[in-house]
Amino acid sequence: MPSRPRGAPEPAERRELLSAGDVARTIARMAHQVIEKTSLGASDSRPVVLLGIPTRGAPLAARLAERVAEFSDVRLPVGTLDVTLYRDDLRRKPTRPLGQTALPSGGIEDALVVLVDDVLFSGRTIRAALDALRDVGRPRAVQLAVLIDRGHRELPIRADYVGKNVPTARSEEVHVLLAETDGRDAVQLHRVGEVG
Amino acid sequence: MKHLLTTDGLDVDTARAILDTAEGLKGTLLGREVKKLPTLRGRTVITLFYEDSTRTRVSFEIAGKWMSADVVNVSAGGSSVKKGESLRDTALTLAAAGADCVIVRHPASGAAHRLASWLSHTDTCVVNAGDGTHEHPTQALLDMATLRERLGGVEGRRIGIVGDVLHSRVARSNVHLLTSFGADVVLIAPPTLLPTGVADWPVGPAGSLTVSHALDPELPTLDAVMMLRVQAERMHGGFFPSAREYSIAYGLNEARASLLPEHAVVLHPGPMLRGMEISATVADSPRAAITQQVNNGVHVRMAVLYHLLAGEEDAA
Repeated sequence: MPSRPRGAPEPAERRELLSAGDVARTIARMAHQVIEKTSLGASDSRPVVLLGIPTRGAPLAARLAERVAEFSDVRLPVGTLDVTLYRDDLRRKPTRPLGQTALPSGGIEDALVVLVDDVLFSGRTIRAALDALRDVGRPRAVQLAVLIDRGHRELPIRADYVGKNVPTARSEEVHVLLAETDGRDAVQLHRVGEVG
Repeated sequence: MKHLLTTDGLDVDTARAILDTAEGLKGTLLGREVKKLPTLRGRTVITLFYEDSTRTRVSFEIAGKWMSADVVNVSAGGSSVKKGESLRDTALTLAAAGADCVIVRHPASGAAHRLASWLSHTDTCVVNAGDGTHEHPTQALLDMATLRERLGGVEGRRIGIVGDVLHSRVARSNVHLLTSFGADVVLIAPPTLLPTGVADWPVGPAGSLTVSHALDPELPTLDAVMMLRVQAERMHGGFFPSAREYSIAYGLNEARASLLPEHAVVLHPGPMLRGMEISATVADSPRAAITQQVNNGVHVRMAVLYHLLAGEEDAA
């Protein structure tokens, strides 16, 4: 889901869900969960790759990898996976610019791929990501890490690592701000009046 | 964007968006075993060619197929055009048959515009793949993509376009696009091969257009030189004394190429006449970007189809 629709009207109400400090703590907790769940550093651990979904999944994946390296001394390969060309809603929106796909040099073959995105909403972005992934290789397994799960799934998709569950109304928008793309870290809930 | 008919009138932002998309597509497909994207599944693209073509037709077909569109090729020779069907009726037939996009090449200048106006009541979009001596916008876009890769951009760069400018739709499209991106373009040709009023061609605000009749003094100043084919099929009269004399005055041979700066790029839209406007040694030298142009042609045409067919239907 695009967390920041271009040209969206000024929200009637804006509430901060996570502060900069909360974002940092949340990513740190998710890093611990990744280490635990993938048994990183164990003698029998198998390759793990983090793939961020542009735009904001990409810096999130990089930060997650940094925290994982800090806590476990394992440096996970990080890449990005653009899903624009695989979306099912291309014809409902103005032409979207493409993001960057950059796979780590080792590829994803037989690795455990952890997809990283900012907000999990309908699940359609993740469906597109699974299709995109199939075209670039065959991972051993795929997991999903999201900073915010805001509900309203339209597909049978769930996240393995969730930073924060936020019950929302459909008419609301969740905006994740990151220093790399927006100048500062925060998560905001915008109430936009009519159902959008 | 509903149609792509000319580079004159293609605004810089849209052109840049197409080039960025092309670059993204190239990166996405690089090193992939399976070059197939689902983006245009279920869309139908028809190429309608009233003139011979290798590069343009093939790259549009590959572009469509790599994005999962269904591509149908119609050539004038093997269709009802031979029985006397008009361009208008052919266009309406293709639209009625379900074409989402018609890519047209025609010997008459302005044919793509006419076609687009006849199809204005339908959702079918039109891409000009060369209309007479008028425009060939996707060629200019792929040349720009190649120059961006080789030179990092064209702003403030001096680009020479050499040869049969009179009959060249490639030159016309390139002048519009290059100057709107801030390049200084110099057209180099004998007076007989320059169209009248060439000095008044619209030029982008950041760029400039000049005309010269001598190649040698220009070469050391050029960042890129685009050699044009002498279009004998459009020449009904004496434009120069002999092919040999043309080649001596305007052909890019090894000695001339050595006058170019070290970084300068040699482009040719193809098909090349080796020994006429370009020598075989120059065409095969590392500074020649001719096969790179063809490769970029596929990605640029994918990007054009993406911008025409993948967005919201009622988007302008």
